[in-house]
Amino acid sequence: MFQASEKAGILLALCGLLLIGATSLGFSTSQYAMNLIGQIAAFALLALSLDLLWGFCGILSLGHGLFFAIGGYLVAMHLVKVTFDATGTPPDFMLFMGWDSLPFYYFQLDSIAYLIVAIAAVTTVVSFVFGYVSFRSRVTGVYFAIITQALVYMVMLYMFRNDSGFGGNNGMTGFKEIFGMPASGSTTAAFLCGGSLATLGLCLYGCKKLVDSPIGQFMLAVREDESRLRFLGVNTVHIKLIAWCISAILAAMAGFLYVPQVGIVNPTILSPELSIEIAAWVALGGRGSLLGPILGAVVISGLKFILTGLAPDLWPFILATLIICVVIWSPNGLADTSSHVASFYRRLGSLTSIKGRSQP
Amino acid sequence: MTTKQALYVSGLNVSFGNFAVLKNLSWTVDFGEVRGVIGPNGAGKTTLLDSLTGKTKYQSGDIYVKDTVSIKNLTEIEIAKLGIGRKFQKPSVFSGLSGFQNLEIALRAGHSRSIYQPKLTSRQREKIHETSELIGLSSELSRNAGTLAHGQKQWLEIGMLIIAEPSVILLDEPVAGMNSEERGKTAELISNIRGPNIAVVVVEHDMEFVGQVCDTVTVLHDGRVMIEGPMGVVQADPQVIDVYLGKEAASASSH
Repeated sequence: MFQASEKAGILLALCGLLLIGATSLGFSTSQYAMNLIGQIAAFALLALSLDLLWGFCGILSLGHGLFFAIGGYLVAMHLVKVTFDATGTPPDFMLFMGWDSLPFYYFQLDSIAYLIVAIAAVTTVVSFVFGYVSFRSRVTGVYFAIITQALVYMVMLYMFRNDSGFGGNNGMTGFKEIFGMPASGSTTAAFLCGGSLATLGLCLYGCKKLVDSPIGQFMLAVREDESRLRFLGVNTVHIKLIAWCISAILAAMAGFLYVPQVGIVNPTILSPELSIEIAAWVALGGRGSLLGPILGAVVISGLKFILTGLAPDLWPFILATLIICVVIWSPNGLADTSSHVASFYRRLGSLTSIKGRSQP
Repeated sequence: MTTKQALYVSGLNVSFGNFAVLKNLSWTVDFGEVRGVIGPNGAGKTTLLDSLTGKTKYQSGDIYVKDTVSIKNLTEIEIAKLGIGRKFQKPSVFSGLSGFQNLEIALRAGHSRSIYQPKLTSRQREKIHETSELIGLSSELSRNAGTLAHGQKQWLEIGMLIIAEPSVILLDEPVAGMNSEERGKTAELISNIRGPNIAVVVVEHDMEFVGQVCDTVTVLHDGRVMIEGPMGVVQADPQVIDVYLGKEAASASSH
């Protein structure tokens, strides 16, 4: 399983790079398919980020949508700024407010390098401050999960306000160009999809290296018995902060990849539903396995794309049934299915051999 | 060898709400000794260990480690770094990790400089193997610690303490739930651990075991030290027989 995650990471990264290479040579692809795969890859990265935290360090966050939104909103601000620089008119949501130019915090956001630094900085500061305060006060388990949920909800309420300069309830959309490419078209979609796949692959590879390193071992030790580790003289706050901040940055990267592909960001990505859905992907795929949650995100969001079109009313029931089935038959998630299949065949084998012996 | 005091407890008071658990308790343990602590349930044995490791804060009095260092304002992490290792009553090992990884984590934890160092040095690997031999688990190192037998988990936890080269080892019921063979092995392990630069404190209900491994026994009763001395003397004391061994004997005969 573990060695497989390294290979899968490299393979995904190569697929992504190959797609980018082929597209720049003029190879054309279906825009719909590229968009779908690219969005799912961003969700898979989001699942990976929560898995690193929950599966390997035992910290459940039900507010990971917050970091996803930091990446998503900042990249949207970049796209708004670029559009404003090109057209000279601010987006509709600002015109409604009677603003004729962008507020000061859009300053310099047209530079991609600055954007990346800004995402890294905002995510690190928010996650560090929140994590430090919570972990130092020894807020753990469900209490921590509830606080993260409250945090994401609070930010969502703020983002619904129209005077925040972040688009309010309508969000930000209508981007004219994305990273120097036309906002829509199959080439753009293919580049974004390739970039998402490559990023997912590299992050998967990096996570594998991290969990195998001494820090990863200490993360597992925190998961297994945090107080034992403290009585061995280890300040577990440091380890939890490392896991928390890395996980937050991965989630922000997912948001950075996701928003340009859907072409809109609004406060629904801060709704508790999305944050809980991330936990569902991880639980369904298998906590503590790196590939499992990626699989979980792919299966659930793939099904969601198909079924919300075919039978939108039934989707919540289908998702609930799926989760109940996994909890009952495969508590360790889909990642464990291979061992279930193996044990089923073993049982089948022993059953037939018993029958065979009892025949004569 | 100069005998220093490993632990010096002076006028310690610990209470939970209005209920006083430790009452003006004064107590010392020297380097080089193996000390037993016995006493009926509720005498304050575990609370004493909790105070020594920073798990419970004390209201008044003080605890000094290695003659001079007061632990009053230290966190459990800082106290552990002073070299006080504790085995919990319930075996506490990292179940998802192998025996080797458990020892590796304890080894890294004990040396703050090497905590995140990418690779273990060959000296450190050697040390893990030496320790695993000492605790009798050298053939079980690759096994998941959660799948070890109860006794093996206890030994692994003791191994995790000694690999960090502590000054004081506190063992809370090290032979609870062990059969006589395992008890014998644990006694042997404790006699291998003891040395001039280490103090071992054994809190245990098993009288025979305490008599076997400890030089001196402290009897706690109602939050105070009732009597201290070699097991033979303690066992013959009429007061002790009355409050503790009497009950023990009565409950033993009723089984």
